Amino acid sequence: MHESTHHHAETFKSKVEEAIGVTVSHCYQCGKCTAGCPLNEEMDIMPNQLLRILQAEMPGYEEKILSSLSIWLCLACDTCYSRCPQEVLLSKVMDYLRQESLRQNKVNPKAKDILSFHKAFLNSVKMNGKLHEVGLTIDYKLRSLNLMQDVMLAPSMAAKGKLAIFPHQVQNTKEIAKIFKKITDSEGGKQ
Amino acid sequence: MRIGYYPGCSLEGSSKEYNDSLFAVAEKCGVTLEVIKDWSCCGASAAHNLNHDLALALPARTLALAEKQGLEDIVVPCAACYSRIAGTKNEISNNIAVKAKIEGYIDLKLTADVKILTVFEFLQKYIFPTVDQHIVNKLNQKAACYYGCLYTRPKEIAAVEQIENPMEMDEVMAKAGATPIDWAFKTECCGAGLSVSRTDIVAKLSGKIIEDAADRGAESIVVACPMCHMNLDMRRPEIKKQLKKDINIPVLFITQALGLSMGIPADKLGLNKHYVPTDKVVNCIVKMEA
Repeated sequence: MHESTHHHAETFKSKVEEAIGVTVSHCYQCGKCTAGCPLNEEMDIMPNQLLRILQAEMPGYEEKILSSLSIWLCLACDTCYSRCPQEVLLSKVMDYLRQESLRQNKVNPKAKDILSFHKAFLNSVKMNGKLHEVGLTIDYKLRSLNLMQDVMLAPSMAAKGKLAIFPHQVQNTKEIAKIFKKITDSEGGKQ
Repeated sequence: MRIGYYPGCSLEGSSKEYNDSLFAVAEKCGVTLEVIKDWSCCGASAAHNLNHDLALALPARTLALAEKQGLEDIVVPCAACYSRIAGTKNEISNNIAVKAKIEGYIDLKLTADVKILTVFEFLQKYIFPTVDQHIVNKLNQKAACYYGCLYTRPKEIAAVEQIENPMEMDEVMAKAGATPIDWAFKTECCGAGLSVSRTDIVAKLSGKIIEDAADRGAESIVVACPMCHMNLDMRRPEIKKQLKKDINIPVLFITQALGLSMGIPADKLGLNKHYVPTDKVVNCIVKMEA
């Protein structure tokens, strides 16, 4: 399919493109993605800049992208994609970059809490087959050490019947754990 | 037609009132929902952030179980679940290799031909045909319908006709006798999954939404997603701090709003479970003349 890959050495950019079927050179830097991004004020690399960095392939660009905070702040709201005149699926690029950043241990220290939350969430699903909000909260607090956060919400949530103390579970939780394990194994054992 | 139902995790916990009000409205119109037996979590933002295969395998398991149960339509009342399940259906329908790989992970076969309905699509398809005979109240208030991201984007799975100015929820609110308003933040993001890990960002994003609704004279904000509800309602103290303004517009689930117009009591619809008091909304209601 991609004959050109036989002639050029594989680069980080070509790996991204191949993995998700997006062509980064399609972007002509109009900047609509950044203009509409709800998190542009918080990001260290703007969405259009991220694509520009991938396009230019300057030395050290892989490191720069994988250790950025932006890739973890992206909410995958897809405002960028829906307004992109070239239909570059940036949220898919972001998904791929996050996974690669995690795999290569390059996660930006400021994204620690965000990552802790995602991990605690998946851990709860792995154990129960469903999310247990109370379990998630405790797990997240232990991982992030934000122990006192939202503590004041607990009594009111309990009073409103919004807290399930015990988890709801699927009939056979082993079945869910097996799906997690198969996927982990197929990736060479690292999650 | 047997209508399947995927509650999702939030509707069994923090957003129980969304579940209860949906069932109350369906019951009033004699519509039965069949829960997908042994459904599991869709994986939400966590799975697609950390592992693409897992983000497909978890919703695929639920899709396969729904097919096995013989369900044709599935109602998914959470925007995040809707996005994950409809997105998975879209991806495995368009890629045979991905489909085979995912079937291997879940040990179940898939055809992916069930139809996924949002709550407002469900209301329009199954409740609207008989709703007029049940509506006894006029909500009589200006309502800002908030759609957020995941019903409107990406376009491949959008549940609305116009992605920048959707009207589907507005139509439901008009039916309930409210006046849906034109406003600027209908499809902006509330901050969704960062609610716990970056509450500061959620306060900023959700604050802009609340502020615009207030500036345009909304008396209620209507949502169809438990995450949006949590951010706009439960996070109001953080939002007030961010805006340095006290805005007390209540946030209703669309099924609660429609339920009120059908004369279902407020506590049965779970209006007492909200953080921002909802009595102002209830006080606006006027009885329709027979």
